[in-house]
Amino acid sequence: MSKPHLLVHEAKDTVGVVVVEGLKAGTDMLCVITHDNSDFRLTAKMDIPIGHKVALKDIKAGDTIWKYGQDIGKAVANVGKGEHLHVHNAKTKRW
Amino acid sequence: MSIVANFDLVKGKLARIKGRKIEAPEFKTPQLKRPSGRALDSFMGWRRENGRVGVRNHVVLLPLDDLSNAACEAVANNIKGTLAIPHSYGRLQFGEDLDVHFRTLIGTGSNPNVAAVVVIGIEDGWTKRVVDGIAATGKPVVGFGIEGHGDIATIAKASYVAKEFVQWATELQRVKCGIEELWVSTKCGESDTTTGLSSCPTVGNMYDKWIPRGVYGVFGETSEITGAEHLCKARAATPEVGERWYKMWKAYQEDVIEAHKTDDLSDSQPTKGNIAGGLTTIEEKALGNLEKIGRECKYIDILQPAEAPAKGPGLYYMDTSSAAAECVTLMAAGGYVVHTFPTGQGNVIGNPIVPVIKITGNPKTMRTMPEHIDVDVSGILRRDLTIPQAGDALIENIVRTANGRLTAAEALGHREYSMTKLYRSA
Repeated sequence: MSKPHLLVHEAKDTVGVVVVEGLKAGTDMLCVITHDNSDFRLTAKMDIPIGHKVALKDIKAGDTIWKYGQDIGKAVANVGKGEHLHVHNAKTKRW
Repeated sequence: MSIVANFDLVKGKLARIKGRKIEAPEFKTPQLKRPSGRALDSFMGWRRENGRVGVRNHVVLLPLDDLSNAACEAVANNIKGTLAIPHSYGRLQFGEDLDVHFRTLIGTGSNPNVAAVVVIGIEDGWTKRVVDGIAATGKPVVGFGIEGHGDIATIAKASYVAKEFVQWATELQRVKCGIEELWVSTKCGESDTTTGLSSCPTVGNMYDKWIPRGVYGVFGETSEITGAEHLCKARAATPEVGERWYKMWKAYQEDVIEAHKTDDLSDSQPTKGNIAGGLTTIEEKALGNLEKIGRECKYIDILQPAEAPAKGPGLYYMDTSSAAAECVTLMAAGGYVVHTFPTGQGNVIGNPIVPVIKITGNPKTMRTMPEHIDVDVSGILRRDLTIPQAGDALIENIVRTANGRLTAAEALGHREYSMTKLYRSA
């Protein structure tokens, strides 16, 4: 298999993780779901650092974010498909 | 020019300075025979008086309290081959906080990686308590109180004993032991999204393969299960153990977080390093953290901080902080002899008595600080290494480390030892 740009834990997830350094906006990313080894393509809308997350679909403020097939918090701003999702637009539901 | 003999300088010059950055040269040392097949079922360790097996052979100078650090360090300077373990605290503690302090010191001295111990305290009473606790293992241990004698006389007396101990200990031989005699702990640090994808599942795969064979395991980090508590509770061996675990986790939320928080902990959990690495919330961090216990393992009991497991082989949960040095110190005091430490952004931690094996899957960390990493599993992110293959690579590294190979942290001199403090001293 060729080297993926983005790894996704579970099919249910709404975010994936960039696994290459220096990812540029406009990259046609090879995305792999590690649970079943299936793949799909997604265009990165921004330069996104390695280890950071990309929204796999349009996420609205208040929506639950899914990773590992689990609830990892909520969006606090709208995040477009292919955009960077992090502390500027997402937050814990705890504490 | 570089002068090179008996090993190959693959690329670059020795410590070439490029601008302000020192570029690591690549070396290829002569290839040693690596353990494989049945050689991975055993290791060469030191069998102690109580039957437990250690993978290191330290003679330790253990201060009872912060005031006695200087004397211990002076003895370590006098007598080569000994190791002083300075720390904070040990005065005016009381109640459960004092219990944790004593358990940590006695557990450290009792760890099978330690051959013999000299304890030095400001006074005799509590010093004797630590000596007596360690003596229960049957290993040689002597204590000295400083009051009434002064540092210089104490250092002299302790140095004579330490010299005897180190000459005795260095003659002890390693013997062949089965891997079921290994106690392997885990805790991750400077985590990022790559740890949940690669290095934590690597440890989990090792546990899935080794726990059924009789290895003792332990995980902890109570604050860092938040967001995955439903999954962690379900991984208890029985509903009763799961209920006890949940009660412990809930008490932490109420007694520590709710009682002391000034915000939503967004500046400390996840840490700044976690956030730089791409982790956004505690829930996300917790789910990655829990990957360390694999797919099959169930924990059989809950341990207090620094408590030794007492229910036989298997996986345990220890109620610890998520701070790396505090957690590894407590697990070492619980009797674990090798620590597996997944890292994403590059935590550099070591421990004075336990080899800490670093595993990373982050290719950037492998590129920028490779000298800290023992097992590179970045191939998982490229999809050219599977989790089971990474687990096998970790197992090979643990056996080599148990056989005597120094970890990166040992070679670099990392000896972080941090006492856990539950509340203010009197």
